[in-house]
Parts: sequence; C-alpha cells; structure tokens
Amino acid sequence: MATQSEAGAISAGTRRTTRMLLNQIFGPLLQILYFVIGSAVILGTIVILLAFLLQGTRSDINLLQGTLIILPQVIVDSLVRGFLYAMIALGYTMVYGVLEFINFAHGEIFMVGAFVVAGFGLMLNSAGILGDFPGILFVIISVLLGAAVSGILAVSVERVAYRPLRNSPKLVLLISTIGMSLVLQDLVRIIATSTPLGFNARVLTPDLGSAIRLATLPNPGGNDINVIIDARSMIFILASIVMLIFLNYLVNVTRVGKAMRAVAQDRPTASLMGINVNNIIALTFLVGGALGGAAGVLFGIRVQAINPYVGFLPGLKAFTAAVLGGIGNITGAMVGGIVLGFLEAFVASYLSLFTAGAFAGANYADIAAFSILIIILIFKPEGLLGEATVQKV
Amino acid sequence: MSLLELQNVHTYYGNIHALKGVSITVNEGEVVTLIGSNGAGKSTTLRTISGLLRPRLGEVLFKGKRIDRMPPHDIVQLGIAQSPEGRRIFPRLTVLENLELGAYIHNSNSPEYRRDLERVFDLFPRLRERYTQKGGTLSGGEQQMLAIGRALMTRPSVILLDEPSMGLAPVLVEQIFDIVQEINAQGTTVLLVEQNAHMALAIAHRAYVLQTGMIVLENTAEAVAKDETVQKAYLGLD
Ligand SMILES: Nc1ncnc2c1ncn2[C@@H]1O[C@H](COP(=O)(O)OP(=O)(O)OP(=O)(O)O)[C@@H](O)[C@H]1O
Ligand SMILES: [Mg+2]
Repeated sequence: MATQSEAGAISAGTRRTTRMLLNQIFGPLLQILYFVIGSAVILGTIVILLAFLLQGTRSDINLLQGTLIILPQVIVDSLVRGFLYAMIALGYTMVYGVLEFINFAHGEIFMVGAFVVAGFGLMLNSAGILGDFPGILFVIISVLLGAAVSGILAVSVERVAYRPLRNSPKLVLLISTIGMSLVLQDLVRIIATSTPLGFNARVLTPDLGSAIRLATLPNPGGNDINVIIDARSMIFILASIVMLIFLNYLVNVTRVGKAMRAVAQDRPTASLMGINVNNIIALTFLVGGALGGAAGVLFGIRVQAINPYVGFLPGLKAFTAAVLGGIGNITGAMVGGIVLGFLEAFVASYLSLFTAGAFAGANYADIAAFSILIIILIFKPEGLLGEATVQKV
Repeated sequence: MSLLELQNVHTYYGNIHALKGVSITVNEGEVVTLIGSNGAGKSTTLRTISGLLRPRLGEVLFKGKRIDRMPPHDIVQLGIAQSPEGRRIFPRLTVLENLELGAYIHNSNSPEYRRDLERVFDLFPRLRERYTQKGGTLSGGEQQMLAIGRALMTRPSVILLDEPSMGLAPVLVEQIFDIVQEINAQGTTVLLVEQNAHMALAIAHRAYVLQTGMIVLENTAEAVAKDETVQKAYLGLD
C-alpha cells in the first residue's frame, strides 16, 4: 500500500534534498528581500504622494522633482542603515533567544570592531604599505580580524560577567551587561588615547574605488536621475549579505545550528540530548559577537572617523530593530533592522525637504522613526515576525 | 550487577528536601516502575539520574560507576535517555529535526542512525507520516510518541519515561504501554514513572512506591498490585 511514500519519507529523512537546503539558507534572505521591496515601495509612494500634495506650498523649488531626484540615494542609504542594524540586531536576538536577557554590552562589541579596522589601517600605514594594499584584501582581512576579536571578546564577557550570574534574577544580569558596556567603553578609550589611534580615531584605508553608477533613469521634465552608489556603501551591503547567508547556513543547516535552536527552545531538554549547553551558549556569543564586530569594521570603513562611544546609538537602535522584528527570532532581527533603516533614512532625508528646513531631518529622524516603531509595537507587540503567543508545551 | 542504582539519594530544590534517601535498583532487561501521587518526587528522581539535578547526599551508579557528579550531556553518552515529564518537544523544530537531535551524540551518516530512525518510524508510523511537521503542532499523543522516539534515538541501554500516559485517551494509553513493552522486548531496560499505577503495574517486573520523597514499598509488580494500601491509595480499590 503505502510502501512507495514510506520509502520516500525515509530517504528524505536520512538525506536532505538540495531544494530543502537552498530553502533553509535563502528562505530568510528572500523574506528580507520582500521587506526591502515592500519598505521601498510603501515609503517611496508615501513621499511621492506627499510631494504631490505639498507641491503648491512651495515656490522656491519643485518639490516633486526634488523628491524624485534624491529617492535612489535615499534607498541606498536605507539599505546601508538597514544592514547595519540587522547585523548588530542579530547579536541581541541570538543571546536573547538562548538566555532571555538583553546584552547591552553588544553595542560596545560592535564598537571594538570599528577600532580593530582603525588599528589595522594605522599599522599598515605606519609600515608604509597602506597605499598599495589591495582594497578588497584590506576589507576581507579587516572583517575577519574584527569578527575574530569581537567574537572572542563577547565569549570572554559571557564567561566572566554573565555565566556566574546565570541563575540570578534577570535584573541582576541586565545590570551586569550595562556594567560591561561601560567597562568596554573605558577600556577602549584608555587603549585608544594611549596609542597613536587617539580618542577620535581615523579609519585609514587603501583606495576602495570610487562611486559606481548603477543606472540612469529618465526623468520627465528634469535632469536624468543617476542612481549612484559609493564604493564603501556597496562593500557594506555586499559583505552584509555574504555574512547573513553564512549565518543562515550555520543556524539552519549545520548540526551545531540545530543544537543552538534546541538550546534556545528548551535548555534542560537540550542537555538531555547530549548537547553541552554551555558550549552552545559560548558559540552563540561567538557568532553574535563576530557579526557585531564585522559590522563595526564595515561601519568604520564607511564613516572613517570613530570614537569609543560610537557603539551606543547604533546598539540601541539595533536592539529596537530586534524587538521590532520579534526578539529571539533571527529572521525577525534582520527584517526589523531593514525596516528601521528605511524608516530612518526616509525621515532623515524628506522631513527637512517637506518642511522647508523647519525640521532639520537628521535630528528628527530618531524621534520619528522611534515613534513609528512604538506605534507598530502597540498594534503588534510581539514584533513583525514574532509569535503571537509564547509556545508552551 | 545492577545496571542502574540509586543509593540513599537526597535531592533538594533550594531548601525543599524533595528526595529523602531514595534507593532504587534497576537490573538489565527489566521494566521497573516508580509510582506515587503528585509531588511524591518521581520526576525529581528521574532528573537526578539524568544529571539535571545533583543529589546533596547519596550516590547514583550506572554499571557500577558513579555518575551523580556528571553533567547531563555526558550521562546521555553513557546510555541513559529520558523522555521528560510534559514531553518537552522542541516546538519550532520539525519531527525529523527533533529525532535528529535525539541522535545528536551519534554520527548521522552511519547505517546505525538510519536503522534507529527506521525503528522509531516502525514503532510510531504516525511520526513517519508527519516528519516535516513542526513539533509544536503535533497532538498530545503524537508529541508523546515523538518524545519517546527522540529518547530512543540516543541509543540508550536504559530509558527513563516520565508519565508517558499523561493526558492521553484510554486507547492511546494502551497503545503507549504496548510500545513500552515492545521497546523492552527489543532489549532496552525501562524505568517507568507513572500515576496510572494500574497499567504500570501490569507491564512492570518490579515496582517501587514513592511517598513524600521516600520509598515506602518495593517488590515485584505483582505483589505491589496486591498490596492493600497500594490498592486503596493508587488503584482506587477498596
Ligand atoms: N523546580 C522546583 N522548585 C522547587 N520545588 C520543586 C521543584 N520541582 C519540584 N519541586 C517539589 O519537589 C517535590 C517533588 O516534585 P516532583 O516533580 O518530583 O513530583 P512528582 O512525583 O513527579 O509529581 P507529579 O506526579 O505531580 O509529577 C514536590 O513537593 C514539588 O513541589
Ligand atoms: Mg512528575
């Protein structure tokens, strides 16, 4: 009778099909793509509509033209911010998934990554070889270095400051994470100010190429719109995508990834499966820290000037992104980061345009973006991809 | 020599003295049942054996070696598996992934792994039909099957079952007990914790009665089933 399908189930049970694998690795990325397109279309439509409505109120400039001309640039900016928050948010969400507390020192783990690339660039420079260093190689080496340093640092912080408190009330742990955040800031400040890096460190890089023109769009009644992306933003986006693919592979396909998910769902039962829970928790900090460090490196390369406090605001926003996506949910953190990045970039760019500069957009971007977040969370408190109720079995 | 032995085990939750000198012996090939009312300490006993709890006093021996200071993930490696109270399926993992986690300590490319999986699917055909379904979406009975199957995937020499009949319809209870007997017939020693004393005593070789952290009776299952106090307290007979 059912022998045919039984045989099928068994062969699929013992060997995964290529399609299943691809689905597990790229499924979450596809979901990100949907949110990227969705955010771009929705926010783009809103600003164009607003430009139409407000067109008559301005005599100094053509609002609609202005809106259209900067739109591609705003989307590129949204993507960079989005991937920045996504990569940092993963560290928050993975740790929350396993231990159910917010690691507020994670912003500093990110900041350390930025200092690693600053140090690396400075070293190459004083050796006199920075100028001739191949750009791509510089990016790859510094990302790996930053990931390694931040990953190991995150594991050490867990071992020293969190593991001894694992059975304490969550509030005690939370205070410990805030303490570690201050400790790391000051440590980096001491190291930076007592070395040639300095408090305000410059991130020296070799030539990374100039801006790339992706397309030229015809613009009825105005100059053509050039879709330009600067090389450093391009590097940021591409490197982020590569790392997200790696993360999805690790978590969804490998044996340790399965162990990570099991530990996140039920620690004692995971240990009954023969999983060394402490090792998996350490691995979670390693991976989350490494992603944060890599994001720090890319951030440093892009902004080129950093200080020991650059981790604070991106860290806080990435935490918000993690909550927005559904805390504990890995795909959610990525999606939350993207949505937050889009909200922020659009508000920062268009608010001052639409209000004739009455609200200097960049300053209001945080307020506006966070207000929208609060609204979303009021109506969907579990986050965009969170589960409506906590599953208890 | 006994396979598994608890000697005068005292386990605490903070200040709560949950096990007050429990001694239990399980011999190879047996089905031993541990019965007792709510809060007697049955689950605590199994958690202590698996290393989830550490006894403050006393010893747990497996094949003559002390295991009561070992972490749970090492105890599984020795061949002691547990299907915990409340099933504790990983809800957001598929049936297959849950079973794969049972085999976490083994090589999943080996023929033994495939044989184990085949054996579990033969014992529980329902799991074969639903192997791509998320654990959390299974019915209570299916989750119980998955919990037992997952424990079997560790390839245990002794399996600890914590109330496998809990919350199941009578037909399913019979089926689960049949399967427990079958697992035992296939060579796995069973330590069965049950509130359903009637069924447990029917399939066990020997039985222990636990009351507020102490063993108050131990004997062959047959003798325990005939015991007057047991009949009154656990079998609902007068
Ligand atoms: N995590 C815990 N913290 C504190 N006390 C606990 C904990 N777990 C169990 N206890 C206490 O230990 C005693 C034994 O509990 P245990 O769960 O072993 O009972 P049980 O025999 O399995 O009961 P049931 O049949 O209801 O499952 C009970 O008094 C219980 O209240
Ligand atoms: Mg119990």
